[in-house]
Parts: sequence; C-alpha cells; structure tokens
Amino acid sequence: MNLNEYFSLVFSDYTLRTITLGTAILGAVCGMLGSFAVLRKQSLLGDAISHAALPGIAIAFLITGAKDSNTLLIGALVSGLIGTFWIKGITTKTHLKSDTALGLILSLFFGFGMLLLTFIQKQPNANQAGLDKYLFGQAATLVESDVWLMAIVTGLCLVVILLFWKEFKMLLFDPDYTKTLGFNTRIIDILITSFIVLAIVLGLQTVGVVLMSAMLLAPAAAARQWTNSLGTMVILAAFFSAFSGVFGTAISASQNNLSTGPVIVLVASVFVLFSFIFSPSRGLLFRHIRFIKNRRDLEQHKTLAFMYHIAKTHDTISHPHTIKILNNFQGFTRGTLQKLVKKNYVELDGNMWSLTEEGFKTASNLYNQQNNE
Amino acid sequence: MAQNIAVKVDDLTVAYNYKPVLWDIDLEIPEGVLMAIVGPNGAGKSTLIKAILGILPPIAGSVTIYGKPYKKQRALVAYVPQKGSVDWDFPTTALDVVMMGTYGSLGWIKRPRQKEKKAALEALEKVGMLAFKNRQISQLSGGQQQRIFLARALVQNASIYFMDEPFQGVDATTEIAIINILKELRKAGKTVIVVHHDLQTVPEYFDWVTFLNVKKIATGPVKDIFNDDNLTKTYGINYKVSIQE
Ligand SMILES: Nc1ncnc2c1ncn2[C@@H]1O[C@H](COP(=O)(O)OP(=O)(O)OP(=O)(O)O)[C@@H](O)[C@H]1O
Ligand SMILES: [Mg+2]
Repeated sequence: MNLNEYFSLVFSDYTLRTITLGTAILGAVCGMLGSFAVLRKQSLLGDAISHAALPGIAIAFLITGAKDSNTLLIGALVSGLIGTFWIKGITTKTHLKSDTALGLILSLFFGFGMLLLTFIQKQPNANQAGLDKYLFGQAATLVESDVWLMAIVTGLCLVVILLFWKEFKMLLFDPDYTKTLGFNTRIIDILITSFIVLAIVLGLQTVGVVLMSAMLLAPAAAARQWTNSLGTMVILAAFFSAFSGVFGTAISASQNNLSTGPVIVLVASVFVLFSFIFSPSRGLLFRHIRFIKNRRDLEQHKTLAFMYHIAKTHDTISHPHTIKILNNFQGFTRGTLQKLVKKNYVELDGNMWSLTEEGFKTASNLYNQQNNE
Repeated sequence: MAQNIAVKVDDLTVAYNYKPVLWDIDLEIPEGVLMAIVGPNGAGKSTLIKAILGILPPIAGSVTIYGKPYKKQRALVAYVPQKGSVDWDFPTTALDVVMMGTYGSLGWIKRPRQKEKKAALEALEKVGMLAFKNRQISQLSGGQQQRIFLARALVQNASIYFMDEPFQGVDATTEIAIINILKELRKAGKTVIVVHHDLQTVPEYFDWVTFLNVKKIATGPVKDIFNDDNLTKTYGINYKVSIQE
C-alpha cells in the first residue's frame, strides 16, 4: 500500500479512519500542551514522565494479565504520576537541581520498566507479545474506544485552556507576580502538569515512551518560530503536531507497519528544521540575509559619506573627482560604486565620479543623523 | 507626616537553604513615604520584598499591611519584580503584559474587557510607552521593559508599591521619567518602597531609607539616618559618600 492508496482509503476504511482520527486528536492535544511545556522550560519533564510510565504498563500487565490498552494505560498513568510527584518532591525537599532529579527518575523508572519487560518476555505465557509496542508505538493497534478516550481528554483540555487562559499565560510568563495577585499558582501548576501527564499516557500506544516527549516539544518549538502570540503558537503547534501524527502514521502504515513513534517524530523534526531555517523573523536564513543586506547598506552609506566629505570641499557638488581617491577608503569596492550609480546618487564619467544633487542630500542627512546619535 | 503604618514586619527570618538570608527583621514603613532599601549584593533586599509579598515562606515572623495580614490586603499592594526575573522572549506584547496588572481584580476565569484595556493603555501612556503597545516584548530595550513592568504595577492602582531595582540598566532620561512617576505616586498619598543601588541619588530621590544587610541596620528619614556611619555598618568598608547638599 502506498501513501496515495492510504489516504484514499482513510475515508472509506473504518480501521484507517480510526487510526487517522486518533493520531490527529492526539497530535492536537500534545501540541497545545507542548507549547506550555516549552515556554515553562520544562522540556525534560515530559521525557521523564513518559519514561516513568513504562514500569506501570508492565506491572498492570503482570497483575491483571490483560492486554487491552485501557488497563495498561491506567498503570502507565499511576506510575507516571508517581514519577512526577517524586521529581517535584526531590527538587523541593533536597537541593538537587531539577534536571538532576529528572534524569534520576527517568533512568530509574525506565530501567525498572525495561527489567520488568524482559522478565515478562521470558514468561512462557504467549500473551505477552505486544507490550514492546509501548516502547516505540504502534498506531495500528488503536481502536475506537482509544480514540474516544483521546477525544474526551482533548476536549476537556481545550475547555480548561480556554477557561484559564489568562491564568496560564501569566503563570508561564511571571509566576512570582501571579502569586502576588492572589492566584494559587500551585493549582494552575497542577492543572497544567496533570494534563501533560494525561496527554503523554494517551500517546504511549501511538508514539511510545522513548520518543513521546518529542511529540510534545518538537511541534511547539517549530510553532514558536512563526509567531509572537501565545494563542497563535498554541494553535500552530496543535496543527503541526496533528499533521505529524497523521502523516507519520500513514508513512509507517505504507511501509510494513514500521513503529509509528520514530516516523511521527521524524515528520515533526522536519517541521522544526524547516521552521528554524525559514521562519521570516527568527529563522537562520532570513537572519543571515538581513545581516548581509545590512552590511551592504552600511558599506554604501560609508562610501557615500566619504564622497560627501570630498565633495563638500569644492564649491560645486558636481565637481568630478578621480576614482583613485576612493581606493584610499577602506571597504570600497567597484560593486558599491555601481550600486550608488544605480540609485542615482553618483554619476560616472570614465575614471571620474561626481555626486548628484540627490546623493549629496542623502549623504548630508546620513551624516547629520550619525552626529546626532 | 508619617502617622499610619502602611507595612509592619515583625521578627521576619527567611532562609533558602539552612543559612538565613534575612535575620529577625523588624520594620515599620509609614504611609506616604518614598523609601529606598539599600544594601550590598546578596544582602537580601529582593528576598525581603518577596517574603513580604508572600512569594517566599518565612521561617518565622509576620507581615501586616495596614494592620491586617497580607493575604487579606493583596488588592492594596503592587509589585515590580527585578527585570531579569522573567524571560523576555515570551511570545506576547507590551500591552498584554501591562494588562496582567488587571488580572488580580478580575479574579479567576473572568476575561479582561474594554475597561481593563483602557486602564492598561492609560498606564502605558503614563510611562511613555503607548507607541510600543503592540511591540513583541523581546524587541524592547532594557529601559523600555522596565517601563512596561512599572506600567503593569500602575494598572493595579494600589496603595503600596514594592519595586525591585526599577532603575537597573536604564538611561538618565528614563531614570528621571521613572522617579517623576514615583514622586507623583507619593504625592497621591501612596507608599512606595524601592530597592535602590545608587547611593548618590538616595537623598535626592527618597525621603525614607532602610539599610539592610541580612539584618536591618537602620530605618528612618533620609535626613536623619543617611550617614557615613550607617553606610559603613551596611557595606562593611569605610564608606564615604558626599551627601552634603
Ligand atoms: N533561589 C535561591 N536559592 C538559594 N539562595 C538564594 C536564592 N535567591 C537568593 N539566594 C541567596 O540569598 C541571599 C540574598 O539574595 P537576594 O536576591 O535577596 O539579594 P539582593 O540583596 O536582592 O541582591 P542583589 O543586589 O544582587 O539583587 C544571597 O546570598 C543569595 O545567594
Ligand atoms: Mg535583588
């Protein structure tokens, strides 16, 4: 099945429709919450939470023997939450840096989870196959009830974001100030963090614990490049993330069901790369172009100012001078001269140049400006 | 002047780790003064303000605003944090930041409306930043960012203003503009408390001063206590500042 076939089947085929809807909804909620995580500089938190969910999945399986995603995800939720509270506890109670606490919990829980997973795989029970899909994700295993759950959580999340928009925004920008206004910042913080945990847990089946945090962060980082408004950033991130989810799943489905997580994250990374290079205001490319243009303008201005000084000493502006004089001036090039001619600031006559009326005026303006600053 | 006590601090002790950074502070700030808090780097000036405003929990001691606990009197108090305490690359505009000053009176969930926007625009005008209202905040200069923070506090329309180094990194013009606003606040009967580093300008700008270095060294009218003796006690070295006027 190639990509075209896949997308033409999306509307008619029940399974594909379920998967596509699921990844789109998941992407949307991850993008929105990811924006908050990025702006709070909590990028690592998502990584720690998702890794911390792994032992929960394994333990839920060991206890219940069930393989349905709902049971396993409850396990993931519980251990994800425990991990999160431990991180918060470690950072407030001890004086470890928060990234140390994050790294500690991440590796501890993930290591324990892997241990359990290996143990489960050694069991004679044939039931175990499929747990490893939680490592790198397998969107093909999504069923309608999963999508409903995602839709409910996403809807709830949307309502909460809309209701507490101003509180979220202020907390993200200036938590101390938010406190002085009488808002309970812990409640806002718990609200945001809980939804991040929920979104991560919901995404485990599709993206997997290893790369789940990239699903949160990459689209948000890309969106930040295109806008200076928080609202637009959140919407854009949701859109980028949904697109990555749908498109990544389509690619993986058309390639013998590769693990979906890595493909989705790769698609999201393309957004990031593209955004960091091509964004008009913050992108590397335009920044470089602006830099070159500024430097060129500056060279022209400097040359013009130099000519102005020479022309000023003569009674007529149009008095011709030899180009050789300009060679004494550092930074002068033929190219600059040509540009000045094109702009009608300078006239050339063989090896002689003279300022035009317009050039003289522009130069004297530039000169005065510089002296006033 | 000075009859009512606007802010009263009793036996306040604050620590980040185990070492107290503020030790047993007693402080009474009379209503209507323009007060400087001076002290060397790390003296605990920012910490004092944060503890008064309930941002940091104290180990011991209490704070009252007009005789009642701070929690009941929030609406009377506005805060200008140290400029470096936030990330100015945050995706928002100058007007948006100033609007935050209205969020406290709005309370949870309620959105700012025309009335709040008008108040924010007026505050922007007062600090001379109206032309920059739609500017992304990262594209403002340090002095302009400082003015935005000031405008945000002005919108709160409080009785007591706490400002952490509002003159940090601003040029002479902005400094004069800011001090004029502060003096206007005092004229309107407000109490203004400012962490200040430039000792030379203390007598010119302020009428009240508190010397702080972990402990409170002295507090009172500038004309009575702003002298070499207290400066030396606060800054450790033999301080000579020419304050003859
Ligand atoms: N978050 C923190 N965690 C641990 N120690 C802190 C923290 N913030 C401040 N301190 C310590 O508390 C002491 C007082 O800091 P504070 O910021 O109140 O000083 P300050 O007087 O405002 O200094 P400055 O003039 O540099 O702004 C310093 O020794 C500082 O190292
Ligand atoms: Mg300070």
